[in-house]
Amino acid sequence: MNLIEELTTNPGITDALPEAIAETLLMVSVSGLFTLLIGLPLGIFLYTSAPGGLRPMRITNHIVSDVIVNITRSIPFAILMISLIPLARVITGSSIGPLAACVSLTIGTVPFFARLVETALRDVSSGKIDAAFVLGSTRMQIVSKVLVPEALPGLVAALTTTLVTLVGYSAMAGLTGGGGLGQLAYNYGFQRFDTPVMVLTIVLMVILVQAIQWIGDGISRRVDHRSAGGAGRKARRHEPKAAVGL
Amino acid sequence: MITVTDLRKVYRQGDREVVALDGVSLQVPKGSIHGIVGHSGAGKSTLVRCLTLLDAPTSGSVSINGAELSSAHDADLRAARRRIGMIFQHANLMDSRTALANVAHPLEIVRSPKRQTRTKAAELLKLVGLEGFEDAYPAQLSGGQKQRVGIARALASDPDVLLCDEPTSALDPKTTDEILVLIKDLTQRLQLTVLVITHEMHVIKRICDSVSLLEGGKIVEHGPLRTVAADLGSKLSRTLLPLPAAEPLGTGVVLEVLLSGDTASAPVLSAAARKFDLDLNVLAGSVESLDNAQFGHLRIQLPEGADAGPVVGYLRDQGASVSFAGSEAA
Repeated sequence: MNLIEELTTNPGITDALPEAIAETLLMVSVSGLFTLLIGLPLGIFLYTSAPGGLRPMRITNHIVSDVIVNITRSIPFAILMISLIPLARVITGSSIGPLAACVSLTIGTVPFFARLVETALRDVSSGKIDAAFVLGSTRMQIVSKVLVPEALPGLVAALTTTLVTLVGYSAMAGLTGGGGLGQLAYNYGFQRFDTPVMVLTIVLMVILVQAIQWIGDGISRRVDHRSAGGAGRKARRHEPKAAVGL
Repeated sequence: MITVTDLRKVYRQGDREVVALDGVSLQVPKGSIHGIVGHSGAGKSTLVRCLTLLDAPTSGSVSINGAELSSAHDADLRAARRRIGMIFQHANLMDSRTALANVAHPLEIVRSPKRQTRTKAAELLKLVGLEGFEDAYPAQLSGGQKQRVGIARALASDPDVLLCDEPTSALDPKTTDEILVLIKDLTQRLQLTVLVITHEMHVIKRICDSVSLLEGGKIVEHGPLRTVAADLGSKLSRTLLPLPAAEPLGTGVVLEVLLSGDTASAPVLSAAARKFDLDLNVLAGSVESLDNAQFGHLRIQLPEGADAGPVVGYLRDQGASVSFAGSEAA
């Protein structure tokens, strides 16, 4: 049995694979979107409410931090996923399928992403924040006009890392009926000893992760103006006119 | 005009109280440049943070043209801050914004119309000599150019007061002078009230009309540049007109002479040497032009056995300040 024949005749590849790919992409993109929508404000809150932050809230910050640590550190994702099945049923109306899996995926990755956001925001120098305050900015304007734009390269990198993590988590979600490449690998590769499907799944996962990383790095570079060379081709344009006098 | 009255700032460190500012008062008239010098730890940074109300002073007041800043809150405070343009040591520009967008930042905050904002920002960049650099990101600019953008940004809200926190401490000497010339020029053109906080005497010498010395959270000496420089023996005079340490030769009386104004340009010393037929030995000297007045600070030694009394009397008659520096003088 040669490779071409295998690819065109194996029902695991011709029938189940395209659907699995679509399901994985759906899980990663939907839960990625919600992670961004929930995790970004949460990360900003963690940063601004920390002691010495824009609006320190000692106790609230402590509680939120603890909850996040407990979700990410204490509960393994596999357990979290199973325990959230009832919640998934309430939200999506079903306990299986990629959409139901998105609930636990989102809850599992939001704390992770929020922490990364917080770290990225910490990289913005306090001098810039002082400068913005002296210009008469409100706290909201500091967040929207200083913190987020200045930390954007770091935020994009954080989202990239989170999406890569989501690919891994989504494969795990496949084991509890979430569908996608993880379930395909489990059903065909593990239960039926269908090695070609197994190998192909692994190859596709690697390609998917690589693609996310490449795109993420590319965007991160594009929005990064912190070094003269990093911001693209315009860098050298201003140098010949450098002689300035009054 | 900026008026600071009895500004105090006390930090709590556990049970201990640290007094960072201990009753600072000063007044800077419109159109003039006042320098505040001090070593690190003197309270300069605290003073800057209290003046911009980044930190709330423990007591005392800061007012600009009679409007009180230190009791303002929220919207009033933000409006008050906009009357202060601030220049930082490291410019503190937003890396994600072009030069033009950095200058436009304070205008965006108050939601000025887009077109108006652009025009004004471009004009300000031109004013600081950065025409053609509108689309450059800070990372593509030199230190001096960044500081120029910082100055343009500080001026965008049409402030009454320009507060400069170590504006040239990160720049090389040539760029430092360019920035100082720019600040001086803008002060005159826009009738700004400028407060420069620095540890560099050079900055004071180049642009300030008056100066205060901050030590241990207090202003220990202050006054117009000419007055403090002419005060032989004062700490500010010593730092404005420094003398290198030099070993006296032999045992002759050593005098410190400060010549200011007309005396500084008259040949007082050689006249004294002729009059008393003495060989005066100059051990060290520092000659400066401060606020358009000449100053000379000299350490001279009389020949061994010469009587210092008449020489000192003569020099004082000529308008010089004289003090004994040698141990024999005591």
